[in-house]
Amino acid sequence: MDTALLFENATVLLPEIVLAVGVMVLMMVDIGLRKQNESGTLAALAIAILVLGMGASLLIWGRPPAEYLGGAVSDGFALSVRLVVLIAGIFGVLLSRNFLPSIERQGGAFYSLLILAVIGMMLMGTATNLIVLFIALEIFSLALYILSGFHRENPRSIEAAMKYFLLGAFASTFFVYGAALLYGAGGSTSYVQIHETLSSGGGNRSLVLPGIALLLVGFGFKVSLVPFHMWTPDVYQGAPTPVTAFMSVGTKAAAFAGFLRVMMVALPSLYEQWAAPLAILAVLTMTVGNLTALRQSSVKRMLAYSSVAHAGTILIALVAATPAATSAAAFYLFAYAFMNIGAFGVVIVLEGRGEGDVEQDRFNGLGTRYPSLAVAMAVFMLSLSGIPPLAGFFGKFLIFKAAVEADLAWLAVIGVLNSAISAYYYLRVVAAMFFREAEGEITCNCGPAINFSLAVTTIAVVVIGLQPGLWADLLRGL
Amino acid sequence: MLLSVLIFLPLAGAIIVLIAPSDGMKKALAFGAAVATFVVSLLLLPGWQDIAGMQFVERYAWMPGLNIHYHLGVDGISLWLVVLTTFLMPIAVAFSNQHVKQSVGGYLALMLLMETAVLGVFLALDLVLFYVFWEFSLIPMALLIGKWGSDNRVYAAVKFFLYTLAGSALMLVAILALYFQTGTFDLLELQSLGVPAGLQQVAFLAFALAFAIKVPLFPFHTWLPDAHVEAPTAGSVILAGVLLKLGTYGFVRFALPLFPVAVADYASLISILAIVGIIYGALVALAQRDLKSLVAYSSVAHMGFVVLGIFALNEQAISGAVLQMVNHGLSTGALFLMVGMLYERRHTRLLSDFGGLWASVPIFCFFFLVVAMSSAGLPGLNGFVGEFLILLGTYKSTPLFAVLGTVGVILAAWYLLHAFRKVAQGALENPANFKENLPDLNWKEIWQLVPIVALFFVIGFAPNLFLSKINPSAGAVADLQMPVEGDTLTADGQDLSPLIAEDELSAAWR
Repeated sequence: MDTALLFENATVLLPEIVLAVGVMVLMMVDIGLRKQNESGTLAALAIAILVLGMGASLLIWGRPPAEYLGGAVSDGFALSVRLVVLIAGIFGVLLSRNFLPSIERQGGAFYSLLILAVIGMMLMGTATNLIVLFIALEIFSLALYILSGFHRENPRSIEAAMKYFLLGAFASTFFVYGAALLYGAGGSTSYVQIHETLSSGGGNRSLVLPGIALLLVGFGFKVSLVPFHMWTPDVYQGAPTPVTAFMSVGTKAAAFAGFLRVMMVALPSLYEQWAAPLAILAVLTMTVGNLTALRQSSVKRMLAYSSVAHAGTILIALVAATPAATSAAAFYLFAYAFMNIGAFGVVIVLEGRGEGDVEQDRFNGLGTRYPSLAVAMAVFMLSLSGIPPLAGFFGKFLIFKAAVEADLAWLAVIGVLNSAISAYYYLRVVAAMFFREAEGEITCNCGPAINFSLAVTTIAVVVIGLQPGLWADLLRGL
Repeated sequence: MLLSVLIFLPLAGAIIVLIAPSDGMKKALAFGAAVATFVVSLLLLPGWQDIAGMQFVERYAWMPGLNIHYHLGVDGISLWLVVLTTFLMPIAVAFSNQHVKQSVGGYLALMLLMETAVLGVFLALDLVLFYVFWEFSLIPMALLIGKWGSDNRVYAAVKFFLYTLAGSALMLVAILALYFQTGTFDLLELQSLGVPAGLQQVAFLAFALAFAIKVPLFPFHTWLPDAHVEAPTAGSVILAGVLLKLGTYGFVRFALPLFPVAVADYASLISILAIVGIIYGALVALAQRDLKSLVAYSSVAHMGFVVLGIFALNEQAISGAVLQMVNHGLSTGALFLMVGMLYERRHTRLLSDFGGLWASVPIFCFFFLVVAMSSAGLPGLNGFVGEFLILLGTYKSTPLFAVLGTVGVILAAWYLLHAFRKVAQGALENPANFKENLPDLNWKEIWQLVPIVALFFVIGFAPNLFLSKINPSAGAVADLQMPVEGDTLTADGQDLSPLIAEDELSAAWR
């Protein structure tokens, strides 16, 4: 291979390259600082690296889409996904400022893994080749398995990591088998070439549908579609909350980005075959997620099932499979990043040291004791349930709009009914905070980094809601 | 600009109230903001033209990519509802300033926030903007009920929130479907483009469900007694006075102009539900032992009248319905205010705890009588004009409905007089009600009631002041409707309606 080709269009991966170099620097610095208690320096460095990565993304933002070695592309959608993932990463670092000292760890490994996960997630959005997609999936999955078990003294954390790892490895197998079958069917790992072969009637047709089905299992696991969602509540609950916050948003954004691109670039000619099963999965996911969330008393489990339900809503965009639907999904994920990380941020503030979870009763009377914290949580909850004029409403609005335009009004109807159901459990938290009295002392595990994160996410949720047009223009679909 | 100022002035007030240092200052600022908003709303009147179209229009792109606009405008249908909102708010704030003890700043800020939401609903001409304000109005009200309500408040707040939220969920899909078919969210553009007949049926049902729950139309009324009874007094005043009008306003502003074909199909059904509501609400009100529940159920009956008028689909009835929305806001608002005043003194609302109050608190009883009479539709007071126009218009389209509606008028007089008799008349037996133990209204309270009562008489005697601004717009809505056989509305009826009303009125008064 011509080595010049290696550098042509390498700017496509500039953000990933910046982060990868950054991770190496971070690990070196970690070794250098080992003797002293310098977790603040490491966190600052991690944030600097992620901000640099964001700068690199913005640098190539306006450029015309380019492709790198037939494996990665920098189009508007890839950049939107990068933005979401980087935001999740930055807040992940900020939110772990209290957690790491509490388990007496410096955090060099933690931050390195987190940034590695970010790299993998960003790659998912850019991949245009099944192999790159699989590598990206594994990069972030492996990092997340370790991060989930980072709280070694907490058996729940270990359980979460084991469960996530075993089931995740299993799902990866399905995924890679599906990719192999698609390769067999299309004669190539490149999305575009698979599409060309399949749409011209060539290739081995009998392998396509099994391939899609297996791929779907892999993706379904990563984005927690029902019935592949069983791990979600346990892992979300057991993993350290900052990790949960980061992973709930990052994984969702990355896996959906990969999912959307594969289905819409490589397999649009089979839309008739995969749309109906996905529609059924969307309905199941939304409904089961919401109905189960209704019954949770742990806030982290409630948010886990709520994230299952949100995955169902985003899946509607894939069923619609129009350009407008993908930009709606990008907007939804962007809004979801702020409101979901914010909600987990409040959980971090309220959970006791080393407990790693919060029961809903803990929110009783929060409105009187810590009004600003309660208002922030109320904003996140109302936004998650899709009440205007907050960010979450416009996410749902755009997705339902895309569904109606794709002649899927029935799916939009099920979607809005589901958001009405979801309002019940989100509202229960709001009711606990403002309508009930606190029973005991509420301990507040605050800190400048967390306060800053909560302030930024709250403001973002409101501002995105009030000026949705600005962001809808910025975030592109396929 | 004026309309934007109107919408966002209360919001600014809410923020200032939250950051004000002392309770006293919070109260003064909230009252000031409410009064200022009222004054701004009165600025609409000098430049008003008696035309059907939208006035004071503002239109900016909000989400340009999706053709969503920040589009505001006011016409004869919304004008008085806007003024009603801004008028009731200072009174509700004044009452709250006097009686709310617990975290008064948050309470007042939520009241002002609600004013912003409600004014937004009345003024929005873009379906998405409308939906945003519509849903947003739930949050402050649910918080007011849930935090400052009485014993069963959490249940009532959650029920109120979920019931109305679920009701409007399908409306969102209908709005999206309208956009998909026509490419616009703009009400006026949709009106001129026309909605395809096939879509009208489904979209109408989705909109009607949201509006019917808000009104509330029988059988969707079950949230109302809980919400009303549990809400704090000022909350009930705004809930009954303004929030219920969002539903009926929605019918007039959106359902009728956009879906005339579907409206023609469903008008009879909805009218029948309205009549059932009128009679059912009245009978249930009659059976209540709690004064506040009685007033709450009277709202079901009275709002039934408004819906009956709207779905008579002619100008008189629609004008009457719009005026009756204002009337109900005033009378029921005043009734809740007075129940609240009584409750603050006695901490009970059971009718059996009262009796003979005329001897101990005559000023209260005098106002109570006037307000009850206004609610019962006594000629010379505001309620009569609206009910009369509604019945007249309904008679024109379906005489039977008018006859059945009249039964409701009689029942209204019955339960209101029943309430008055139980409270004010009879023997003064309970020592807690004796003059020494039960102070009469003080000046502050009298000043909260006087403006409302004054308006009863103004509307009662000079309804044309109001109807002349309502009629052109109501006529325009009626003109959009499908022609019905044997219908005699249009030109002659248009000019006559206010005259007839006034003639009959003065005749009755003499």
